[in-house]
Amino acid sequence: MTAEPDIVLSVRDLTVDFTQRQGSFRAVDGVSFDLRAGRTLGIVGESGSGKSVTARALMQLVDPPGRITSGSIRLGEIDIAQLPRRGEAIRAIRGADISMIFQEPMSSLSPVHTIGAQVMEVLELHLKLDRKAARARTIELLGQVEIPNPEQAIDRYAYEFSGGMRQRAMIAMALACNPRVLIADEPTTALDVTTQAEVLDLIGRIQRERGMAMLLITHDMGVVAETVDDVAVMYRGQVVEAGPVDQVFHGATHPYTQRLLAATLKLEQPAARPALSVVSSPILSLRNLGKTYQLGIGAFGGKAKGTLRAVDAVSLELAAGETLGIVGESGSGKTTLGRLILRTVEPTDGEVVYSPPGAAPVVVRTLDKAGLRNLYSEIRFIFQDPFASLNPRMTVRQIVGEPLLINRRGSAAEINARVSQLLELVGLDAEMMDRYPHAFSGGQRQRIGIARALALDPKVLIADEPTSALDVSIRSQILDLLIELRQRLGLSFIFISHDIGVIRYFCDRVAVMRRGRVVEVGDAQTICTSPSHPYTQALISAVPYPDPRRPRMQQRARYTETSLGVATLR
Amino acid sequence: MLLYILKRLLYMVPTLFGMSLVSFLIIQLPPGDFLTSLTSAIADSGQSLDQASIDRLTALYGLDQPFYVQYWNWISNIIFRGDFGWSFDWGQPVSRLLWDRMGVTIFVSALSLVLIWALAIPIGIYSAVRRYSIGDYVFTFLGFVGLAVPTFILALGLMYISFTWFGLNVGGLFSPEYEQAPWSLAKFIDLLQHLWIPVVVIAISSTAALIRVMRANLSDELSKPYVVTARAKGLSEFTLIMRYPVRLALNPFVSTIGWVLPSLISGVTITAIVLNLPMAGPLLLRALVSQDMYLAGAFILIMSVLTLIGMLLSDILLAVLDPRVRYQR
Repeated sequence: MTAEPDIVLSVRDLTVDFTQRQGSFRAVDGVSFDLRAGRTLGIVGESGSGKSVTARALMQLVDPPGRITSGSIRLGEIDIAQLPRRGEAIRAIRGADISMIFQEPMSSLSPVHTIGAQVMEVLELHLKLDRKAARARTIELLGQVEIPNPEQAIDRYAYEFSGGMRQRAMIAMALACNPRVLIADEPTTALDVTTQAEVLDLIGRIQRERGMAMLLITHDMGVVAETVDDVAVMYRGQVVEAGPVDQVFHGATHPYTQRLLAATLKLEQPAARPALSVVSSPILSLRNLGKTYQLGIGAFGGKAKGTLRAVDAVSLELAAGETLGIVGESGSGKTTLGRLILRTVEPTDGEVVYSPPGAAPVVVRTLDKAGLRNLYSEIRFIFQDPFASLNPRMTVRQIVGEPLLINRRGSAAEINARVSQLLELVGLDAEMMDRYPHAFSGGQRQRIGIARALALDPKVLIADEPTSALDVSIRSQILDLLIELRQRLGLSFIFISHDIGVIRYFCDRVAVMRRGRVVEVGDAQTICTSPSHPYTQALISAVPYPDPRRPRMQQRARYTETSLGVATLR
Repeated sequence: MLLYILKRLLYMVPTLFGMSLVSFLIIQLPPGDFLTSLTSAIADSGQSLDQASIDRLTALYGLDQPFYVQYWNWISNIIFRGDFGWSFDWGQPVSRLLWDRMGVTIFVSALSLVLIWALAIPIGIYSAVRRYSIGDYVFTFLGFVGLAVPTFILALGLMYISFTWFGLNVGGLFSPEYEQAPWSLAKFIDLLQHLWIPVVVIAISSTAALIRVMRANLSDELSKPYVVTARAKGLSEFTLIMRYPVRLALNPFVSTIGWVLPSLISGVTITAIVLNLPMAGPLLLRALVSQDMYLAGAFILIMSVLTLIGMLLSDILLAVLDPRVRYQR
């Protein structure tokens, strides 16, 4: 047993309060931990657990009305908790001794300054380098974070980079002054799984090389299991469990940790459910469905600068009662595909045929307005963001009842009765129907969205990332609700997601999309355990596995493919 | 970029043509013409104009010709000879009247614009950064007062104060003794004594509006994640606010240049009348009332040109300031 590495940063009884007129809210409540050189501490927790506030408090970056009210943050001889928030002392530490990587690299970088200017600024500020030296050092740093052609990249802007490249630039900025402590606040949440794996690799390697102490904030148990040495689990502002990663995952003692782990592991398995009894005829068939966007047409017409094939000759069949998952990374065309089915986005070519049981098949392309409206009552959407997809000025009664009202289904009293029936169906109290959406949590709002989708007794539901805005424990509850509804109401689902775990849990079959094409279709279990297409293999192996004893990412397969001749953007 | 500017200039030609046509049409819309109002004015003074001289004048001014001929004569003279026509009312070439007034107008307006920006931008930044502080409330209050008080009341008030308390000659741009005098230091000081009232009056309401715009823009930007990033680098609060959010909050300002230019000419008419300033606004008003069509047409045409130039300027500036705009091209 080697000696423990030196403690770089020591936090004791840290408390952060948000004081407002209505009273005080304690976001962080007596948190203590140590960061050691060359080691990574992961803080996990669900939204509202206080993990991000903790991270920001370490650099005195909590915005008013938030304020550190007690406790200490010791960096060597200095107690950061005692430093004034805007003073010179804390500014000398920020970016030099402690630096931070943020969640959303696009909005965390200035859109009107070059990447280089933003990195050079730190060097000029703390190391007092002149322009030339700062530029040379910046190019070197960009090279270290594996940004190709750093000499050119330095003069580029954030929007010219992909998400992964932006986050690399952010990392370069954080590393510029060789800090002793690196704080990463959900550094990969906004990235695709394959990019996430690469960025986590990079951060880990640089941290080991430089012997930095690192604090990784995340909600993803898989990321924790794959990357950190020690874990602290936060719940309602407190650390409820802490220890080496193996001990926390395999010997969790606090009930919250156990619940969190159970919810995570549950999504690593398919849900228990009866197999499809009879392989029925398809209720929905897509034949060579495609969408081409013309790029860069000016107001005065002119020639397009190029075309983007967002969806390319997709043929799929959805059997009655089946759940078909569509999985892919951002930009793979999965969302567009969902919209093409109902012609919310008009397809460029191909057919969609809807064949309801006991009725004549309908070719969606040939429908007029009235026909489409009928179709909309048979096939309905569930949206991703439960906050943005509910009108904040309408009560739940109005939101859920609106499709009924528009389609003139019954009198006011009948609609009321139906709304309360629907709310109970999705597990909400019917007495809540006169409240506004803001009175509900994210999970409850998504239930309202589901109730609205069910109002007209649809046969098919198209769900576009219905759980990606929700915490893990809520996520499995919503999925279980959908499974139950599917059985009770005999629904068929098209389920669009980037999350392999959710797809495996919920779907019978999966179609894997990449750059507008379906690369592989098959049984969900098979695709998730032994995929045959190399891209699917790379995708599956990049998903972090929530067990530190069975890391998956380290042995991940990489998939490179060039010259697909897709978007020829400038 | 150069190609883009060239293209924009080219697009301006048909737009200008349309604008000139419409402005000419609008001037001709009211019933009657300059001669009608001239005859009635003469009739009011008890005399009368005989039919022969009316006919002679009509032929002289080309008022009997169809609309498109009149338009063609007007526009071709402007384009090929820089001749804006003859003002019936003043008995002078339009261009002489125009450039006299334009010089003063642009001078006074530009001074006001500088004052507006010099006040509004720093105050807006202060108000946004120290939101809900006492200073913010004071500026907000003053701003709303400035917005609410009509400019002519403000002008009258300032005139009253400087006349009764300081005994200054007010109204116009010069005291009578300097009106025709050649330029000298004394004349310049006299000009400054007169100038501050119109500049302040014109600036105040626009300043108040712009403070609100700046405050709102900057407040939005201040909560953006890139501000936290900059703070996490250890930049001082002043540097980071100036370098990041203020830079982005200025974009909407630049977009307004497009309509600031023409409104400088026409927007201060009431103030100019109250203060008896030799600016373009009152002249345009009088030209419209008396149906002095070539004079009015020239003004409207020049304002259209200024609008287009302003739009082009603000678009170019925006592209220089914001790389995202360049990228979309």
